[in-house]
This record gives sequence, structure tokens and C-alpha cells, in this order.
Amino acid sequence: MTAYIVRRLIYGLFVLVGVNVLTFALFFFVNSPDDMARAQLGAKRVTAEAVDKWKRERGYDKPLFLNEKMSGIERVTETVFFDKSLRLFAFQFGASDQGRNIGYDIRARMWPSLAVQVPAFVIGLAVYISFALLMAFFRATYVDFWGVVLCVLMMSVSTLFYIIGGQYVFGKLWSLVPISGYDGGFEAVKFLALPVLIGVIAGIGGSARWYRTIFLEEMGKDYVRTARAKGLSEPRVLFRHVLQNAMIPILTGVVVVIPLLFMGALITESFFGIPGLGSYTIDAISQQDFAIVRAMVFLGSVLYIIGLILTDISYTLVDPRVRFS
Amino acid sequence: MPVRIELLWSDLLVWLLVAGLVGLALYTRKRPHLSAPWIRVGASASGMAAATVLSFFVLVGLLDSVHYRSALPSPGGKPAWSTELRSLLDRVLDPLRAGREKTYSAPLATHLFAKETVVLPDGREERVFPRLRHGGAHLADPEAGRWPDVATKAFRGLALALLLWFAAAIGVAAMTARSLGTGIEAAWRGIWGGRTPLQWRAVLCALAAVLVIAGPVAALAPYYHVLGTDKVGQDVLYQALKSVRTGLIIGTLATLVTLPFALVLGVMAGYFRGWVDDLVQYLYTTLSSIPGVLLIAAAVLMMQVYVENHPELFPSTEIRADVRLLALCVILGITSWTGLCRLLRGEVLKLRELEYVQAAQAFGVSNWRIMMRHLTPNVMHIVMIALVMDFSGLVLAEAVLSYIGVGVDPSMISFGTMINGARLEMAREPMVWWSLAAAFVFMLALVLAANLFADAVRDAFDPRLAIAGGRA
Repeated sequence: MTAYIVRRLIYGLFVLVGVNVLTFALFFFVNSPDDMARAQLGAKRVTAEAVDKWKRERGYDKPLFLNEKMSGIERVTETVFFDKSLRLFAFQFGASDQGRNIGYDIRARMWPSLAVQVPAFVIGLAVYISFALLMAFFRATYVDFWGVVLCVLMMSVSTLFYIIGGQYVFGKLWSLVPISGYDGGFEAVKFLALPVLIGVIAGIGGSARWYRTIFLEEMGKDYVRTARAKGLSEPRVLFRHVLQNAMIPILTGVVVVIPLLFMGALITESFFGIPGLGSYTIDAISQQDFAIVRAMVFLGSVLYIIGLILTDISYTLVDPRVRFS
Repeated sequence: MPVRIELLWSDLLVWLLVAGLVGLALYTRKRPHLSAPWIRVGASASGMAAATVLSFFVLVGLLDSVHYRSALPSPGGKPAWSTELRSLLDRVLDPLRAGREKTYSAPLATHLFAKETVVLPDGREERVFPRLRHGGAHLADPEAGRWPDVATKAFRGLALALLLWFAAAIGVAAMTARSLGTGIEAAWRGIWGGRTPLQWRAVLCALAAVLVIAGPVAALAPYYHVLGTDKVGQDVLYQALKSVRTGLIIGTLATLVTLPFALVLGVMAGYFRGWVDDLVQYLYTTLSSIPGVLLIAAAVLMMQVYVENHPELFPSTEIRADVRLLALCVILGITSWTGLCRLLRGEVLKLRELEYVQAAQAFGVSNWRIMMRHLTPNVMHIVMIALVMDFSGLVLAEAVLSYIGVGVDPSMISFGTMINGARLEMAREPMVWWSLAAAFVFMLALVLAANLFADAVRDAFDPRLAIAGGRA
């Protein structure tokens, strides 16, 4: 087990190297730092000095891979590749193109993101699985049929409309919660209620239908027939046997997203003005702050890989048949 | 008036795609084993109703994919072409496009939504709601005459639509009668009893729904802004119809981009196993480990910088927007091939152990030929299902990406840009709701139809479901 996890970790490291090379190529080969400086400073009327100054202030003036002017180890460390790409492995995100410390910002903005994402995730999972179980229990009846119709309808509506509609109904029409904003401490609850609710509602269609498919697939298996044959009641079959066995396919999809909860929800946070990592990313994109985007890409990949490893571990917990060698 | 047809890159791809689909349809027709799943799709009521609605969207999208420049009157006799690139859809919707107002106006309104200071004939200034230049301009007395006029026009449109529908229904009945070799009356009863092999009843019901809505709208559109106007006075109905093409192109071309990657890499990984498999798995783990939105954002940002620094490559706004749309499709495709690739790899891993593949290997058939002739055709149902299932997700993704600012060019009309432009209007008092409502209704209709059609296709193509005979 330990050996397996170590191997997965090493593989994850290789994947991160791949991500790093890919982002580096994307950010520094498609456009030179000069191009980016010009785009940031306004493409047309910009002097060569201004471009040089912009690059020097942000450390883009160094050579890409090998610094001929330096000697010893600094030939490699005093380069853009080392500064902007390799340092990420030590979680040294450096300064954003606006000059702020990215690592500090990420640590500060992580908490509001989690405050939205974790409740939305937990409540969502409970709601989706209950709804799916309900449909599976009443399969091939009108409950099931209209449940699926509702799911398909709900998954055909863009997230943007859930947010806009929710803000309108709960925020403006009924004035139950503030439309947007954020506050620390217990005050946060009133700001978080609506984003969490909308996060859950927006996911119902796709998720509940998916879980329903999983449950129905499990219910066609032989052990279910055996359980029924020995006279177990239908609820017992469903909750005791099917639910437990359906955990494996459910875990595949669910565990991998848990670490990514840190990243926040892009659209939700920006609509509700929550100062989390999602709105951080959106702001960075709209300000064309490439340093932040690079940092977030790296962070996202790290979290995804952690999620994959967690998925593997969780298999062993729910399924005694799974043994890793 | 002479025109010069101009083919944008996206137009070219759209028409190539149409040609490809027509070719595929002809190829499939002759082969019963290929057409069998499509006959099952035809027997699905929801699938056929969805297909009918989709075909209207496709029609709008195709009309919008023929671009031309019209000739300008030039004194020297040398032909000069308009700088404005227009499409056939623009031509059809000319009254909507040309009838620009100053700013917001409500659906079917005759007056602007905001008060303006006007100078009266006697020199006094007054704050009034000015008359619209276009909406209801034919009315002498808008206060009294508007609703009766709207009702008459809508009723006329409705009557025409019903007439059209009736003609279509009779045409369908005649066709069914001929193909089944029965009388037209029997065919008619068969259709409404849902007993025809192709679910004509669903098609006709969907057609009726579309026509009942489209008829009155079409009758009113030349005289009113049926869905109001937006901030710069542009007709919302026109924008919604123009958005259809953008959504369709992203939904179809992006999935087409995924196809070669997923198919080639997935089949190769599953067939060769060993280091090829390791490499492909590494590739897709790496790509899918980057959160999709961020990778798309990074790629689009880089493209933006490139476009800004190389203005000489993109002579006009339309061409720039078009190239950006295609680039977005490519980026979306590159970021989303991993799922399909994984599915195909898994399926090929199973197939390669089957007797027929082993027989082919024993006969000395080359690896390449085995993959082409024996494996690829047997995974095509997965490809087909993935293609139709991805479509609706991509249409929804476009709206989100355009909202973040990494979607289509801001000058290009799309659902995303419509929502983005309209999202602050909800805070206005009184509220401007029609832009959002129009985007909502059009998107819902398109995505819902696509989802229902995708379900029908999945049910028909998935061998597990087809044998069990049930829906999952």
C-alpha cells in the first residue's frame, strides 16, 4: 500500500513536470515577454524603455533557460524558467504582475472559497444521492419519469441563469439575503447562504441523473436478485446493498474534486463578490495577470493529483476486494 | 445588386461538415447494420421532437453561415465592395437589423424605455418617453391602436402558421401512405396513433409548437421589436438568432477537434498497450490535471496577446472574431479530448482480446489494418454518443467563458456576450429583463433539444441499452 502510494506520488510529480513544461511553453513561447509587456502597457504607443522597465521589474528580462553572464549554479537559477516555473514546485509563487505576493493572497483567499465550496459540496452530495435514490426506488413509475424530465430540464439551464435568477428572487424580490458581498466571522453566513444554495441547485440535474444511472446499473446485478430472493425488503436492498456497492463509481467522480474545492467556484464567487480564489482567478484573467494564472494552473494540477491519489486510497476503504500491489 | 460571396474560415468548416454529414448519411442509408441504430432514434418520440426543434436552429445557423459583401454604387465603374460583411440571415432579418433604436425599449413597445428631454414645437422642453423610430412606427395612435394591431398581426401570423402546419401534416401523411402502401386516411390514423416506424406524431407536435411561436413572431417582427431592444438599441430577437450560429459552431467544431486526438490516441493506447499506453495515459493525465477553465483561459489570453501584437494578420473585425471563434473551438477541443480517449482506450483493451481480432492477428493482418478495419468501426458507437453528448455542454461552456472574458470576441454576438451585456440590467429600476429572458429561452430550447436528442442517440447506439430495451 505504502509502496503503491509512493509510486503514485512519483508519477504525480512527473505529471506536474509535464504541466509545468506545458504552461511554460504556452506562456513564454507563443508570445515573448516583450509581446506580453506591450500587451500589458497598451500595444501601440509604448517605448522600448517602458517595455524593458516592465520586464526588469517583474524579472522577465533574464534569459529563458541559461544565463551566460552568470557563473556556477546561478547560470541556471538566474533564468526565467527557474524563477517562474521551477520555483512553483516549492510553492514559491513570487509576485504577481501587479507586484503583490501571490502566495500571501492565495493563503488569505483560500478560506472564503472553502466557506462556499465545502457546504455546497456536502449538502449537494446528500441532496443528489437522496434524489437519485428516490428515482431509483420508484423506477419505471411517474416519479422516476418526471424526476428524469426535471433533471434534463435543470441541466439544460446555464449556471449563469441560476445565479442571476437566484440573486433576483432571493436578493432583490424577497430581500432575504444581501445580493453580494462578504464578511468575516458569523456574519458570513448570510452572505454564504445564497451561493451555497445556488451551487447545490445548479448541480442537481447532471449529478442526480448520473447517480441514478449508477444505482440502476447496480440494481441489475445478480447480488441484488439474490438479496431479493432471500426476502429482503426493497428499501433494505436499496439502502444496504445497492448504495454500498454504488459507492465505488460514485467515489471515482467525487473524491477527485475534494481538493479542488480549494480553488473556489469562478462564476459564483465573481457574481457574489466573495473574495476567494475563484474571483481571484477571474480578476487575474481580466487584468491579464499571467503570473497569477500560472500559479493557479500549477496549484490546480497539484490539487487534482492529490485528488487522484485520494481516490485510489478511498477505493481500498470502501471495497475490500481492491488491493494495490 | 451584385454581391460577392465571401467564405470565412468557420463557414468553410461548417459547409465541409454539412457535406461530410450528407455523405455519411448516404453511406449509412445503404447499409442496414449502420442504419439500424438511426431507425431506433427515429422511433424515439422525444428524440424526434428534439431533432425537429434542432433542425430549426441548424437552419438559422446555416443561413448565417453564408456571408457576402454587397456592391457599393461607385462612380468610376470600378466595383467597390461594402466593408460590411453580411450573411443570408442578416438579409432575411433586414428589418430587425436596420431598425435600430436609441436605447432600451420593452418588447412590443412603441416608446423608449427611458425618458428623454425633447424640445416641443413651441420651444418648451419636456421629459417624455419618445416614440421609437421603428417599433410601432406605422401606428397613428400608439396608445389606442397598439394592442389591437398586435393582436391582428399575431393572429394573422398564427393562421398562416397553422395553414403551413396543416400542409406539412398532409404532406407527411401522403408520404407515409406511399411508403407503407396504405391509404392516406389509414396513414393519418397511423401517425396519430404513434404506429409509424418513424415517430411522425412527435415531429408534427414539435413542428406545431415551433410554428405557433414562430408564426406570430415573424408576423410582428417587421413592425415591432418583439423581444425589445438592448442598451444600444439593437433588436434582441436579432441578437438571439445570431447567437445560434456561434453556439452551434462551438458545439460541433470543438467536438470535431477532439475526435482525431481521442480516436487515434485511444485506439493506439488500447491496442499496443506497453509504452504507448503509458505515454498516452501520461498525456491525458497531464492535460486533465489542469483545471479546464484555467487552461482555456491561459490559452485564450495568450492568443489575445498574439492577436494584439500581429494586427496585420487580421484585416477586419469579422475576420478577427472568426479566427478567435475557431481558436476557441480548437482550445476547447484540445482540453476536452481526454474523457473520450479514456473511454476508447478501455473499450479497445476489451476488444483486442476478442476472437476476431486474434484471428486477424493470426492471419498476419498488419496492426494498422486491424486498428482501421476491425477496431475503429467497433468503437464508433462510443464516438457517436460522445459527440452528441458533448454538444450541449459546449454550448453552455461558451456562455460561461464569454462571461469570464475568455470566450468569443466581444464583437461577436453569442449567448455569452448577450448575458454578459444584460447582467447588470437586472439591477435597474424598473428592470430590463428581456435581453436575459431572450437568451434564457433560446439557450434553454437549444440545449434542451440537444440533450433530449443526445439521450435518444445514446439509447439507440449503446449496445447494452439496446439489448436490454430500456432507458437508463
